[in-house]
Amino acid sequence: MIVRAIERLGATTSYHVSDLGRMAAFLGYTIIGCLRTPFRFGELVRQIRLIGVNSTPLILFIGLFTGMVLGLQGYYTLRKVGMEGTLGMLVSLSLIRELGPVLTALMVTGRAGSAMCAELGIMRNSEQFDALECMAIDPFRYLISPKFLATIIAMPILTIFFDLVGIFGGYLSGVVLLGVNPGAYMDGIVVKVLNEDINLGLYKSFSFALLVVWICTGRGYFVQQIKGAGFGAEGVSRVTTQAVVYTSIAVLLWNYLITAVFI
Amino acid sequence: MTAVIRFIDVVKKFGHQTILDHVNVEFLKGKTTVIAGGSGQGKSVSLKLILRLMEPDSGKILVDGVDISRLSRKDLDEVRAKFGVLFQGSALLDSMTVWENIALPLRERTRAKKDELISRVDKALAQFGLSGHGDKFPAQLSGGMKKRVGLARATILNPDIVLFDEPTTGLDPQIAMDIYRLFFKTQQEFGYTSIIVSHDIPKVFNLADQVVILNDGKMTLFERPENIQHSTDPLIMKFVEQTMGDVYTSSEEL
Ligand SMILES: Nc1ncnc2c1ncn2[C@@H]1O[C@H](COP(=O)(O)OP(=O)(O)OP(=O)(O)O)[C@@H](O)[C@H]1O
Ligand SMILES: [Mg+2]
Repeated sequence: MIVRAIERLGATTSYHVSDLGRMAAFLGYTIIGCLRTPFRFGELVRQIRLIGVNSTPLILFIGLFTGMVLGLQGYYTLRKVGMEGTLGMLVSLSLIRELGPVLTALMVTGRAGSAMCAELGIMRNSEQFDALECMAIDPFRYLISPKFLATIIAMPILTIFFDLVGIFGGYLSGVVLLGVNPGAYMDGIVVKVLNEDINLGLYKSFSFALLVVWICTGRGYFVQQIKGAGFGAEGVSRVTTQAVVYTSIAVLLWNYLITAVFI
Repeated sequence: MTAVIRFIDVVKKFGHQTILDHVNVEFLKGKTTVIAGGSGQGKSVSLKLILRLMEPDSGKILVDGVDISRLSRKDLDEVRAKFGVLFQGSALLDSMTVWENIALPLRERTRAKKDELISRVDKALAQFGLSGHGDKFPAQLSGGMKKRVGLARATILNPDIVLFDEPTTGLDPQIAMDIYRLFFKTQQEFGYTSIIVSHDIPKVFNLADQVVILNDGKMTLFERPENIQHSTDPLIMKFVEQTMGDVYTSSEEL
């Protein structure tokens, strides 16, 4: 009984250790793949379109409503202490430092990350990676590295869109709807938002992009090695769900960590 | 006769299931070998071992005298570049059109200029009866068409060795015949070594130079296809009985 429990613990531990090792090697190969020639510029552009451009409407929509609701809630809270004038600062700092990077990362995970994971999982199951290997084509340079770079380029840009449209949303709620002084709103942004706030937001967004693309592509690539995932279409769907969950958790944990360090 | 591929005491297991049990076999240069065996006997696995897409549990596999298990990434790529491979499920890249799939090895492995690329791919499309389908995506093709695209992709670089996993399964007999005709013609022209996997005994069977029957983890080699009929091994007798219908197509008929 006890022996079996220890055995099981050992097996689980060794699975997780080797899983982590695999994922680390995967990241290494992906980065090497970015440096190998010939670089597939066309594929990079296609991926930026898929990940970035196609996610823009969603990001703008969510950014706008997040900003609008922040405007409402912020106004409600600040009015209690008679500080409605600082609404611009509250909205912009919340967005730039926190909500912009995090929500963008979660949206990109759901929209593009899951798609990448499923695509690679299906490719694995239909032996497309084997076929590439047989043609002596490096699947990292050919397929995975362009996705990696595209996410790392697109996500900070999406985050900036999110922030800008969110600040505009806060303006709509606070100034247009609730009558906060427009000068005070804009002043709160221009004076109180520092370079270090913007840098923190961008730094978060870069590191989230890395997490998103690493976990999502890695899980898809290793679909057949993941314990308990099952096989075929079922395996791909389970692994995709798992990738979205893992990525979201990783993003939120990492977010807390960097925020705590930089506060 | 020189062996291009040699299995030396190869063992391959999945869990408790033994797929290859101390297999020793040689595939000869410039010859056509058919690997026949029932479903799930390990034919596709054997091809993957040759390409080192899987590793044997023990034993060695030599390609042109080189033990592939010890090769570096770069050397392995060089060995793999000798092969043209048709996968059982075709393994076409979903995100590319038929034309781009066939052009892929040319683009990635050669410095072919655009004109040459176009003319070679168009020629391959025509050869495999795919003219006019170049702009379709794999998901828009029938199973037999995918096979033909896979064959076109596998042979576009005139490889030294071709590995075809069930090249004609799912094709109608007429097209299957056309493909074998094309295949033997180009083989005579280029003299490549070929290994064809089949789950039954294909019609063009007696045109093969040798036949390997895979059964219960053992590979049995027959120097001449017709020798199979004279085998006294009960398992092989059973296999032959079950799958040999109207096997014998003569070279003239082809
Ligand atoms: N990745 C794998 N993991 C576990 N078992 C496997 C794996 N690949 C193949 N097998 C098992 O190995 C055996 C041989 O499989 P293989 O695909 O080589 O059969 P086959 O001879 O090609 O059959 P068919 O004619 O149906 O294609 C099967 O029993 C299969 O279940
Ligand atoms: Mg098979």
